[in-house]
Amino acid sequence: MLAFIIRRLLQSILVMLAVALVSFGLFRFIGDPIHNMVGQEATAAEREQLRQDLGLNDPVPLQFARFVGNALRGEFGLSYRMARPVTDVIMERLPATLELALISGIGALALGIALGVYTALRRDGWLSQFIMSASLIGVSLPIFLIGILLIYVFAVELQVLPAFGRGETVRIGWWTTGLLTESGLKSLIMPAITLGLYQLTLIMRLVRAEMLEVLRTDYIKFARARGLSDRAVHFGHALKNTLLPVITIAGLQIGSIIAFAIVTETVFQWPGVGLLFITAIQFVDIPVMAAYLVLIALIFVVINLIVDLLYFAVDPRLRVQRSGRGH
Amino acid sequence: MRMSKIAASLALASMLACGSALAETLRWSSAGDSLTMDPHAQNEGPTHVLSHQVYDTLVFRDQEMRLQPRLATEWYISPDDSSVWEFKLREGVSYHNGNPFTADDVVFSINRAKHDNSDMKGLLTTVVEVSKVDDYTVRMRTDGPNPLLPNNLTNLFIMDREWAEANNVTLPQNFKGGEETHAVRNANGTGPFRLVSREPDVRTELVRNDEYWGRDVFPMEVSRIIHTPISSAATRAAALLSGEIDFLLDPPVQDLERLNNARGLVVRSAPENRTIFLGMQMGLPELRTSDVKGKNPFADKRVREAMNIAINRDAIQRVVMRGQSVPAGIVMAPFVDGYSADIDVVPAVDVNRAKALLSEAGYPNGFTVTLACSNDRYINDEAICQAVTGMFGQIGVRVRLDARSRSIHFAELQRGELDFYLLGWGVPTMDSHYVFHYLFETRSERGGSWNHTGYSNAEADALIDAMTREVDADKRAEMVSSVWSMVQDDIVYLPIHHQMLNWAMKDNIDFPVQSENYPYFKLLKYNK
Repeated sequence: MLAFIIRRLLQSILVMLAVALVSFGLFRFIGDPIHNMVGQEATAAEREQLRQDLGLNDPVPLQFARFVGNALRGEFGLSYRMARPVTDVIMERLPATLELALISGIGALALGIALGVYTALRRDGWLSQFIMSASLIGVSLPIFLIGILLIYVFAVELQVLPAFGRGETVRIGWWTTGLLTESGLKSLIMPAITLGLYQLTLIMRLVRAEMLEVLRTDYIKFARARGLSDRAVHFGHALKNTLLPVITIAGLQIGSIIAFAIVTETVFQWPGVGLLFITAIQFVDIPVMAAYLVLIALIFVVINLIVDLLYFAVDPRLRVQRSGRGH
Repeated sequence: MRMSKIAASLALASMLACGSALAETLRWSSAGDSLTMDPHAQNEGPTHVLSHQVYDTLVFRDQEMRLQPRLATEWYISPDDSSVWEFKLREGVSYHNGNPFTADDVVFSINRAKHDNSDMKGLLTTVVEVSKVDDYTVRMRTDGPNPLLPNNLTNLFIMDREWAEANNVTLPQNFKGGEETHAVRNANGTGPFRLVSREPDVRTELVRNDEYWGRDVFPMEVSRIIHTPISSAATRAAALLSGEIDFLLDPPVQDLERLNNARGLVVRSAPENRTIFLGMQMGLPELRTSDVKGKNPFADKRVREAMNIAINRDAIQRVVMRGQSVPAGIVMAPFVDGYSADIDVVPAVDVNRAKALLSEAGYPNGFTVTLACSNDRYINDEAICQAVTGMFGQIGVRVRLDARSRSIHFAELQRGELDFYLLGWGVPTMDSHYVFHYLFETRSERGGSWNHTGYSNAEADALIDAMTREVDADKRAEMVSSVWSMVQDDIVYLPIHHQMLNWAMKDNIDFPVQSENYPYFKLLKYNK
């Protein structure tokens, strides 16, 4: 078990280094930050001096080595755009993204499972048919379009929900939360739906398929033969056995919710790290981009590790196989 | 009893009336946020917009682009020495923390803005010495007569020396130190509004400075300002339509009609201080992206003229810009000193003559060239380039279009790698010399830093240099006018149009567009 964790951690470090290297290779193609950093009156000599000061004239491998060295000490330098430490800026923005991801993830999971079970049990009901057809929207419409449609209907036409931003926030230590104020909660609704809709339909379809599969198995027939109530059969036996793959998928999806919040955050001007990243790309703010990509890689790596460990803990067959190989 | 009741209700009514007049909150938005509160660290539009609310400059330009007194009440060239400007300062002004404003602060601020770390130093290169005469008089000595110095001071903000020293921000932020300084997120100005809170890129809140020296001079009707930047154009427009914001600095061009027709909203327009044009590399012996080898087609004036009359500027204005531009024949905005309608003549489209000129120049079958464009810097920049590409095709010049992000476009332009490019130019000093110095002067250590055409005209260079020291207004105007006729005659650039500025707002707001795109919220009025 310990060896497994250590091996996975070592692999994770390699993954992180690879991400950092690839992103550094890409930065050369994004453009030159100097133009954005000085006014139009700056002379060629002044531009060259700034480029020198920022170390942009150094070869890419050297810039990379310097970046990794600083990153290991938790230093990502100063944002070119805001002249503030990158770590501070990201920590300020992280709560917004995590709250949005968490709420939309939980919403997608809860609704996805409920609707999945419902559509599996009432396979031919008209409501199930409707839900299944409607779920195609979630899969096929691009996120930004859903967001803009929601804004048009609920902000511009009905004027019941705010079109942008996070509303009032409350500060708890270094964390800021919008979950404790009315405007914060109202602001959360549309971005959470936009971000979670795809995951919701994915989970719903997965639960439905798994549930249908399980309902055909022998032990469900035996359970019915024993005269157990529908409720006990559906939720006590069938759903329980459906959830294992759902948990795996949901775990992995949390990573992508955080990473792909970029589009939702841009549409709703949600002040999270995704929006920060987009602004950083436009400005060629290399320190912010590098730190963001490393952070996202870290989140993915950690979630994957946890999922692997959960598998290890939940599925007894894995343990048997591993110990068997050990002998 | 009865009387007192009436009196009480009258008092209440007047209180309510006063209350509504005194407590107007303005919620506004724009795509970008200020980069820093340090007023000398960035020479950039959105940063200056915020600084102008919190800090004061010596002089400023009003909505008609006239130079107006601000912290300076009078300014004149010293009668004893034509290289010295004297500024009389406003008395009785205090900073937001209560410190008095004096000549020491001006000396300190100008020197701070001249420091190597400052992004404003380019506007002060001629200033060699700033000195205090008395508490309310300052002298600035330039390296020769500089009749236009005040024009360069409209974005030079005055900081409190005492505050800067106490907070260790006597120098502007630089990137070598790797530290965030106090001035990046804090401010102590003399301006009409005080900074209450600031989350960069998220929310900035200002309240009216009731001690402001201009409290009774300007309308000052807004008592609280909340700025929330919104980067997505559609969301920005939606926020105004849904009533969540009152004022939008940069409404998306495609939504202008919709916003103007919406109930309770109005769009106000004015020509912007920015002209869009194409530049051609005519100095190289051979273009890098052309099929013509051994010679440079752009070096031939007939080719440049053919290109110039191939562009249908009215069509661009009508179709690409939906009316939101003014077709141009010259690369300076209409309110710049030295402008006259006589020289801003839009060339008439003449495809046949263009073809004839190309044949005459030895290119009967045209040639190929790559046009480099930004796609996120100017209004509809990529669409403009697509339109001209088709127009050049009509005369046989086969243009390959390379549209890309501004951070790539301007980097390549600065490295001199482009044969044919799109550029926009604004004139913060409102004087022709600024255009000559950056766009037409021969590229060298001292000037022509944006002249990537290879154009070099010794006669024009001499005049451009001489006009900086000419104190006689008439003689100077003559110099300006002769340089314009030289460069217009040489067809150095292909002007496209002057951009328009649009501000969208609730229709109870009376706020004319300022052509530098600086909303001075102290000037904002409400229709009662």
